[in-house]
Amino acid sequence: MSQAEALEAGTTPTARTAGAAAAPRAQTAAGFAALFRSELVLTFRRTRTIALLGILAVLPVLIGVVVKIQTDGASGGQGPAFIAQVTQNGLFLVFTSLAVALPVFLPMTVGVVAGDSIAGEAATGTLRYLLVAPAGRTRLLAAKFTAGLVFCLAATLSVVAAAVATGAALFPLGEVTLLSGDTIGLGAALLRAVLVAGVVAASLAGLVAIGLFISTLTGSGIAAMATTVVLVITVQILDSFPQLHAIQPFLFTHRWLSFGDLLRMPMHWDNVLQNLGLQSLYVAVFGSAAWARFSSRDITA
Amino acid sequence: MTTAPDTEQVRGRADAVGPTPAAAPDDVIRTSGLTKRFRGGQLAVDGLDLTVPRGSVFGFLGPNGSGKTTTIRMLMGLIAPSAGVATVLGAPMPQSVGSVLPRVGALIEGPALYGFLSGRDNLARFDAADPTSDPRTRAHRVTEALDRVGLTAAASKKARAYSLGMKQRLGLASALLQPRELLVLDEPTNGLDPQGMREIRALIREVAADGTTVFLSSHLLDEIEQVCTHAAVMSKGRLVVQGTVAELASRAQGRLVVRTPDVVAATDVLTKHRVTDLRADEARVDGIATALDEESLPRLCAALVSAGVRVHGFGLERGTLEDAFVALTGEGFDVAG
Repeated sequence: MSQAEALEAGTTPTARTAGAAAAPRAQTAAGFAALFRSELVLTFRRTRTIALLGILAVLPVLIGVVVKIQTDGASGGQGPAFIAQVTQNGLFLVFTSLAVALPVFLPMTVGVVAGDSIAGEAATGTLRYLLVAPAGRTRLLAAKFTAGLVFCLAATLSVVAAAVATGAALFPLGEVTLLSGDTIGLGAALLRAVLVAGVVAASLAGLVAIGLFISTLTGSGIAAMATTVVLVITVQILDSFPQLHAIQPFLFTHRWLSFGDLLRMPMHWDNVLQNLGLQSLYVAVFGSAAWARFSSRDITA
Repeated sequence: MTTAPDTEQVRGRADAVGPTPAAAPDDVIRTSGLTKRFRGGQLAVDGLDLTVPRGSVFGFLGPNGSGKTTTIRMLMGLIAPSAGVATVLGAPMPQSVGSVLPRVGALIEGPALYGFLSGRDNLARFDAADPTSDPRTRAHRVTEALDRVGLTAAASKKARAYSLGMKQRLGLASALLQPRELLVLDEPTNGLDPQGMREIRALIREVAADGTTVFLSSHLLDEIEQVCTHAAVMSKGRLVVQGTVAELASRAQGRLVVRTPDVVAATDVLTKHRVTDLRADEARVDGIATALDEESLPRLCAALVSAGVRVHGFGLERGTLEDAFVALTGEGFDVAG
């Protein structure tokens, strides 16, 4: 009978010792880093992430094809930045594509990834298991932020890679005439393209921090993604009103297109550095806010 | 809250501990005045004083909505108490999550998995979250944990294709990735078929035999009776009683049962012998025999026979935990409003 069994077991509860149970283990550097690696694997194994990168890679192909078809009609001063140079040198498709992707497509994908980071885990309930593992709230937030930054780089690089491939296929490549009129070799120009990709990825860092903060506010991944993307669009609309010029230098989107300054000889770093400074300010402010919110929040999901 | 019964402590010789709130080394979990009031004013847990001795299989019992899961979340550092102290493995929570939780395996409110990852990758992910776990032994430990819960065959299947029972097993496997001092299992047999329930209970006994303390919440009374050495009962956010399962069950008053076709005559005799709370149906009368001792039982039987009652059966039926619960709370075991 079950009660007899329980009774028998109940007579010797303290006689047992934690024989096979664990001795406390020490935290190791490899163990600490494991969550960061796991976070990257998780991010890039999602079908959603691959789809987003795919969409970004299609964009330069689309622009390249349109420019190729409309070569006769392409006139100077019209359309996105650098588009007039594309027909002379396919490498300029990189800069055109980045200029087109930066206002909408790139921030949208980053908003999806960053907005879903904490909220998505909360919605599926995996957050509670990560926290009792224990992942540590600060460590988890840092891992999510790192994965977000790596995604920014991957997103930018997929635009760049697709643009280089499309540009090489549809247009002549060769020596690149910079915006300042100087000419550099193809190798040096490719290096500049990589530099520009790095700067573009870094200019999305502020948005990652904002998305992470929004993600700590809600238990719904969709809500956090939508809020982040709406915020990006709203800020860009505010950036277009001349009446708001006083606040515009502080909007995180304001200097996003400053990467064009790197296509001069010598490179103009002022705007780029101001942009990167602004991004670090956003990372500091919204990163702290995300940390303050997340480290004190009751996890009831 | 004024209607809730007062907390009553039942302590056996095995778990006799003093009333001081400081953690004794033999208590795996100890709370004192633990209270959680959610924003919006709902009092989920109200002044909980809980003591879980080391080495016990501790049943945490109560209807749905009685505050069990909120208590477990406070013990695991997921939510901060509004008042009171929770101590797990000798350290205060939630301040000590980093040092305490690597030694604790937990299944909280059902399993939660990454549907697009395989069972094996899910475990690797949760293992990577623990900074004290060694990445070099990860693959081996994951394989062992999968084997232990019988999921080896389904290990590379995507978790979204798992049945609820398989998800529950995978959740248990993640609690067993390391040797643990304490296993906290919140309704571990939810969603399992009877065979699965038996397997999980066997696993719990096996883990307990290795020296791991098991803290098991359930709303199934017979589950607690089957596997637990100790139990505590929650009702409406308050602790009603705690002690060993044997003690709790013995507190349930036994009932005197007389099997006879002469129900009316038997009822008369029993009433005269001060047997109260009589219930009669076609071939049986039973009641609470508080005034009876071992001496008077045979006399009562003789009295029945001499009154012409054809006695087919006569005896005391032992109380169950459910009787104890009903007697202690004066209510049924239903979902709390």
